Amino acid sequence: MRLELRGITKRFPGVVANDHVDLTVEPSEVLGLLGENGAGKSTLMNILYGLTSADEGEILLDGRPHVFADPGDAIAAGIGMVHQHFMLVPVFTVAENILLGAEPLDRLGRFDRGRARDAVLATAERFGLPVDPDARVEDLPVGLQQRVEILKALYRDARLLILDEPTAVLTPQEADGLFESIRGFRAAGRSVIFISHKLREHHAIADRITVLRRGRTVGTIPAAEADAQELATMMVGRPVVLVVDRAPAAPGEPVLEVRALGVEDPPGTALVADVDLTVHRGEIVGIAGVEGNGQTPLVEAVTGLRPVTAGEVLLRGESIVGRSRRDILRAGVGHIPEDRYTDGVVASFSIADNLALTLWDDERFSNGRTRDFDAVAESARRVVADFDIRTPSIATTAGSLSGGNQQKVVVAREFDRPIDLLVAAQPTRGVDVGSIEYLHQQIVAKRDEGTAVLLVSSELDEIQALSDRIAVMFRGRLVGPFPAPVAKEALGLMMAGVDPAEALGGRAA
Amino acid sequence: MSTDAPPSPAPVREGPAQRLRAAVLGASARLTGLAVAAALGIGAVVLALSAEETREALDDGLGPALVAGASAVGRAYSALLQGSVGSLGALSETLVAATVLILTGLAVAVPLRAGLFNIGGEGQVIAGGLVGGAVGFAVTGLPLPVHLPLAIVAAGLGGAAVGWLPGFLKARTGAHEVISTIMLNNTLTFVLIWILTLPLVQVEGRSDPISRQVLDSARLPRLLEGLRVDAGIILAVLVAVWVLWFLDRSTTGLELSAVGANPAAATAAGMDPARTTVTAMTVAGALAGLAGGALIVGLQGRITPGFSAGLGFDGITVALLGRGTVVGTVLSGLLLGALKAGGRAMQARSGTALDLVVVIQALIIVFIAAPGVVRALFRVRADVGEGARISQGWGS
Repeated sequence: MRLELRGITKRFPGVVANDHVDLTVEPSEVLGLLGENGAGKSTLMNILYGLTSADEGEILLDGRPHVFADPGDAIAAGIGMVHQHFMLVPVFTVAENILLGAEPLDRLGRFDRGRARDAVLATAERFGLPVDPDARVEDLPVGLQQRVEILKALYRDARLLILDEPTAVLTPQEADGLFESIRGFRAAGRSVIFISHKLREHHAIADRITVLRRGRTVGTIPAAEADAQELATMMVGRPVVLVVDRAPAAPGEPVLEVRALGVEDPPGTALVADVDLTVHRGEIVGIAGVEGNGQTPLVEAVTGLRPVTAGEVLLRGESIVGRSRRDILRAGVGHIPEDRYTDGVVASFSIADNLALTLWDDERFSNGRTRDFDAVAESARRVVADFDIRTPSIATTAGSLSGGNQQKVVVAREFDRPIDLLVAAQPTRGVDVGSIEYLHQQIVAKRDEGTAVLLVSSELDEIQALSDRIAVMFRGRLVGPFPAPVAKEALGLMMAGVDPAEALGGRAA
Repeated sequence: MSTDAPPSPAPVREGPAQRLRAAVLGASARLTGLAVAAALGIGAVVLALSAEETREALDDGLGPALVAGASAVGRAYSALLQGSVGSLGALSETLVAATVLILTGLAVAVPLRAGLFNIGGEGQVIAGGLVGGAVGFAVTGLPLPVHLPLAIVAAGLGGAAVGWLPGFLKARTGAHEVISTIMLNNTLTFVLIWILTLPLVQVEGRSDPISRQVLDSARLPRLLEGLRVDAGIILAVLVAVWVLWFLDRSTTGLELSAVGANPAAATAAGMDPARTTVTAMTVAGALAGLAGGALIVGLQGRITPGFSAGLGFDGITVALLGRGTVVGTVLSGLLLGALKAGGRAMQARSGTALDLVVVIQALIIVFIAAPGVVRALFRVRADVGEGARISQGWGS
C-alpha cells in the first residue's frame, strides 16, 4: 500500500501544529519520521489514524483519497497504530486483547477461546512474533506488551503500521528484537512509519527519513545518505553539538558514600545487594545497565524514596538512612526522577508552582504557612529565562509543555537550589536532540561547580559522553566503577553479566 | 516555540476519586450554569407532567394540557422565586439554609482538592452539633463572648475528631474514605440517639430522646428583629474566607492540591501524602462540625435525633456544583439555600411537593457529574485542545 499525505494542515488555537505537510510511504518501505518534541509528529499521525481531523489537505491510499472520521475507518483502510502508551486491558489475556472488538464467537454467541488462540498463534507465526496467547498482559514485560499491540494491528490486517516512539520503553535488546520484526514486515510487503527522537535508530531501520520542524516538512532524505549531524541540524534548525565538551574532572572530597547497601522489597527479595559506591565533589559517576537491574531502587534508596534494608548511605559523612525524603532533599540532594510525568511534575500545576515544588514550604517561597506568590513568580520568571524553558508564560500548566521543556522544568528546579549531590536518572529520556545538548551541558556545568553527580542511564552513549567513572549494574549488584573511558563492548558484556576482568580484557580495573 | 505540543496525558494510575476530582475541578463555570438550567428545565417538565390540572386538561386535548402544564410551572417557579428572594423574610430563610450548606459544602470541597471524597459530612455534622450543643447547655456561668466561641470551637473539634478517623485509617491502612465515612455516618446517627437518652443530656421529664436547651449565653444572636437569620451566616462567610486562604494560599493547601493531582510527584517533592490525607479529612470534619454546631446553638437550640437531616449529603451537591472552589461553593450554597427556602414556599403556595426541589438537586448532580451530557444537550464544543489529547506519547 502506498500512502501519500498532501498539504495536511491542522491548526489549534494559537498554533499551527501541521503546516502543509507532505509525506509519502512506498509499499515495503520503512519511513522514519524525525522531529523535536512539538514538531507535529503525533498530530500528523493522529490525523492519519482518524483520531483528529485535518483542517486542510488529503490522505491518499494507493492514489485514492480517503477521509477517516475515526480510528475504525483507518483500521478498515489497512492502517494500524501502536501508541507509546499501550492501549491494552491489563487483566485480559494476550488473545483477548488482540481480538478485542473482533472476537470469534461460538454458536451460542460466546467468546470462542479455542478459535481465539488459534487465530493469535497463526498471526504470531506468520509475522515471526511469538507470544503466549494465554498469558495475562499485566504479567508481561513491556517489550512483549508492545508485541501484543503490534499483533493487534496485524490481526486487523494492517498494511501500514505506525509506531509512535516504540523504542522509548524498550531495553536495547528488546529494541533490536523490534527492528528485526520491522524488517520482517517490510519483507512481507508492508510499510511502517517509525517515529523516534533517536538518530541512530533511524539509521538502523529506516529506508528514508522525513524531518519535521515546527509543523513543516523540512525534507526527506534516504537513510543511507543521512549523517547524524545533518539530521540534527535539520531537526533543530541550527547546528547542534552532538559531542559534549568537557574538561577532565577535578574530584574533591566524597559527598555520597554508599556502603554495603541492600534494598529488599518485599522482604526476602533483594532488589539491590551489597552495593559500595563513592561519588566525590566535581565528578560524574555513571551507572550503566539494562533497565530493571536495580538502578531504580538504588536511586530511590539514596534519595529517600525507599527504605534501606541493609548498609549505610552517607551524605557528606552523615548517615541519611531513615530520614524523610523532604529532609534529604533539603540537605542538599537534587534528584531528577526517571519518570518525569509520574514523579517530576504535577501536570495540572503552573510552571511557577512546579518550579517551587520541592521548596514549597521553604522560607524562600513562604513564611512557613502562607505562600509568597511574588517570590514564586519572580523566581519562576528568572529560571524560565535562565534555563530557556519555552513557554508562553509562567502560569502555563506544566502538562501543556513539550517533553524537553518539562524536563527543563525538573532540572531547573533542582539546579536552582543549593545542592551538593545531583542524582540524575535517565535525564534525557524522551527528550529531543536540542534539549539533550542543553541538559548535558548543564549537568557538566554543575559538576564543574563542585557538585557530585550520580548519573543513571540506560543510554550507553549518554553514560560515555558524561561520566568520569563508569559502573555497571547487573541483577542488583554493582560492578566497578572504572575510570572512563570504558569501551562500549566491555560495558555491553558487563551489562550482560560477564565478569569484569574478562570483559575488560585484562585491563587493570 | 515548542509549546505547540498538545498537552500530555494525565498520570495513568487514577482512581475514581481522582477522576471525579478532575471532572469537578475541570468543569467550566459556563457548563455549571448550563447544568443548573438543564436541571430546572427538566424539573419544569416533571412538574408539568405531575400537576393534577395538566392531567385533567389532557381530557380536552394536548393543547389545553400544555397550557395547563405551563401555568402550573409558572406558578410553582414564581412561588419558588418569591419564597427565596422575594422579600426580606424570604432572604432570611435563604441565608438560614445557606449557612449550613456552605459549611458542609466546604467540608466536601477541601478533601476533594486532595483527591478524597468525603461522604461523612452527616456524621461530622452530628458530632459537631452534639459536642457544641453539650458545651452550650452543660457549661454554665460564662458570658456570651466566652461561652458562644467556646461552643463553636467545641463543635469544630467534635467534627474534626470524626473526620480525622477515616483520614487516619486511610493513611495507615489504606481503608477507603468513602466506605469508612459512610459507616461512620450510621455509627454517629445511633450514638446520637443513645447519648440523647443519657440523664445529663436528656431534658428532664421527657421520655423521648431530646437534649436540654442550649443556654442563651451560647446561642448565636439573631441579626434582625423577627427574622430567623442569625450570626451563623457571618460565621460561615468568615470560615469560607479562611478556607480560601487555606486552599489557595497556604503551604498546606499546595500539599493538598499536589497530593490530589499527582501523589507520586508530591512524594518525590518531599511532601507526605499520608499526613496530607489526615489533614484534609480533619479539616473537613471540623468544617462539617461547625455546620452542626451552628445549627444547634443557632436555629434549633436543642439537639434532636435526625437534626442533621441530610445536610452532610447536601454538602456534596453544594461542593460539586461549586466546582470544588471556595467561591463556587459559597455561591452554590446560596443557590441551594434559595432552592430549599423557596421550595417550602412553593409547597405552601402552589401545592407543589417539596420533593421537586430534591429532584432538581439530583438532576444538577447528574449533569455536573456527566459533563458530556450537558455538552451534547447544548452543543458546547469540547474545551480547546481536548480533541488532540486523545492519544499522546512522550513525543510531539
